[in-house]
Amino acid sequence: MLSKKKSEKLISDEGLRVDGRKLDELRPIKIEVGTLEKADGSAYIEWGRNKIMAAVYGPREVHPRHLALPDRTLFRCRYHMAPFSTEERKNPAPSRREIELSKVIREAVEPSVFTELFPRTGIDVFIEVLQSDGGTRCAGITVASVALADAGIPLRDLVVACAAGKIDDQVVLDLNDIEDQKGQADLPVAISPRTGEVTLLQMDGNMSSEEYEKALYLALEGCKQVHAMQREALKKKYATEQEVAGEAAVGEAETSEGEVSEAENQHESEGEATNE
Amino acid sequence: MSDSYGIPVSIKTKRIDELIVQDKRLDGRGLLDYREIKVETGLIGKANGSALVSLGNTKVLVGIKIETGTPFPDTPEDGVLTVNAELVPMASPSFEAGPPREEGIELARVVDRGIRESKAIDTKKLCIVPGKLVFITFVDIYVLDFDGNLFDASALASMLALTTAKMKEFSLEDGELSYKDSLISLPLQNHVFEVTMAKIGDKLVVDPSLEEESAINAQITIAVDDAGNICATQKSKTGSFMPQEIIEAVKIAKNKVIELREKVLGGLTP
Repeated sequence: MLSKKKSEKLISDEGLRVDGRKLDELRPIKIEVGTLEKADGSAYIEWGRNKIMAAVYGPREVHPRHLALPDRTLFRCRYHMAPFSTEERKNPAPSRREIELSKVIREAVEPSVFTELFPRTGIDVFIEVLQSDGGTRCAGITVASVALADAGIPLRDLVVACAAGKIDDQVVLDLNDIEDQKGQADLPVAISPRTGEVTLLQMDGNMSSEEYEKALYLALEGCKQVHAMQREALKKKYATEQEVAGEAAVGEAETSEGEVSEAENQHESEGEATNE
Repeated sequence: MSDSYGIPVSIKTKRIDELIVQDKRLDGRGLLDYREIKVETGLIGKANGSALVSLGNTKVLVGIKIETGTPFPDTPEDGVLTVNAELVPMASPSFEAGPPREEGIELARVVDRGIRESKAIDTKKLCIVPGKLVFITFVDIYVLDFDGNLFDASALASMLALTTAKMKEFSLEDGELSYKDSLISLPLQNHVFEVTMAKIGDKLVVDPSLEEESAINAQITIAVDDAGNICATQKSKTGSFMPQEIIEAVKIAKNKVIELREKVLGGLTP
């Protein structure tokens, strides 16, 4: 982890950031649903220059078996960065950072899942960062929750995350990599939008309590915007299926599970190099 | 964490929930009270600095070792800080031997974040030859007895160990590092303390014990420096907080840190 330094200007005299954004502006976000064939649920997100794939397997048998829980599903999360996702090659072995993020992401997403419906089973969420540019844990949570919905797993809510932070003594929304490294603070937040509960909250840097409060509420605003995009992405996929199956045949879009639209699949696999 | 005292967690949880309505806790503390804090420093002679902190029955020993090494390429003029935590099996029936697991890694990283982001150590002063040779400060957290709230106990022990750490005075002659016999303190320029709060019912309680940790599912840790600024936050466990509860937690943390600083740094000369 780099220490936060203030050197070059991160906000121009016109009040714009290094990538031309306003202080409270998100990077462009694109979410696609059902991007993988084998997984029970999957989704892909481009958040600025971040490119992240999420896959969900389960509910399925737990391995090793002794980990299975009698009263609920064993919910596991793996956040992992591809070796080519960063400026310098990242060792593919899970780093301490990835282990910590896997833990906090699991803790952020698990409350949204009706785990008690699937005792003795396991649900595995895999988040692969293919390209990183700051804010990957937020993008990872956002896309993982969409993938869970795509898997047809009963959810209380779609968990959504967004960060705010402090650069050049100003509170801003959604830090990119340069802003994260050279800025003064980063505050990632995940919420359950239906209730407004905060399920992930981390922060590093240096902020007064006034700045902290401002950043927290700005991040919550960002979450709401991203949440609308999650819903749109899910609607888009399942609306298409509805059309394919004939409008009358499928009643509830959310319950139609399984068949992944052929067209969308191809579009995705051509779009991104997922060297396996 | 699982309860290891034989009393079903659900019974204790019920009792904890009943008490909280009357602003009471199982061990009789007020909602914002720490358990008794005892500190002892310098008990490991071979380490550059050490501190043993007891927070009620939780015991954490931190040792500081200062060694030379190469700096990170992106910070060639800064000494390096490394924080590691060992949840040794003697500390709890739920700890196992082996490489650190996620609890230990999270603990080390949250303590690290507080120290690093508060810039408690003036790392520039630990640079010997820019880009080539710097001092690495190893903070090793050793959990000896686990009865809840490892974050605060470990952060406190780390801060105390750093504050009291000594290293040999050094100089650079013709590119050669040489040491003198005299001892100097680590170059510190800030202090940071962490305050952990648990949410029980709709109330926040400071310094959750293991019993409370087993019963609750939402916990927040906030690191505050000398200036009263927030340097790190970590929500842990699967529960959630409402935004106004987070703001409230920040307020409580700021007040508790003033108290902690007076209590533990008062008798020490940095």
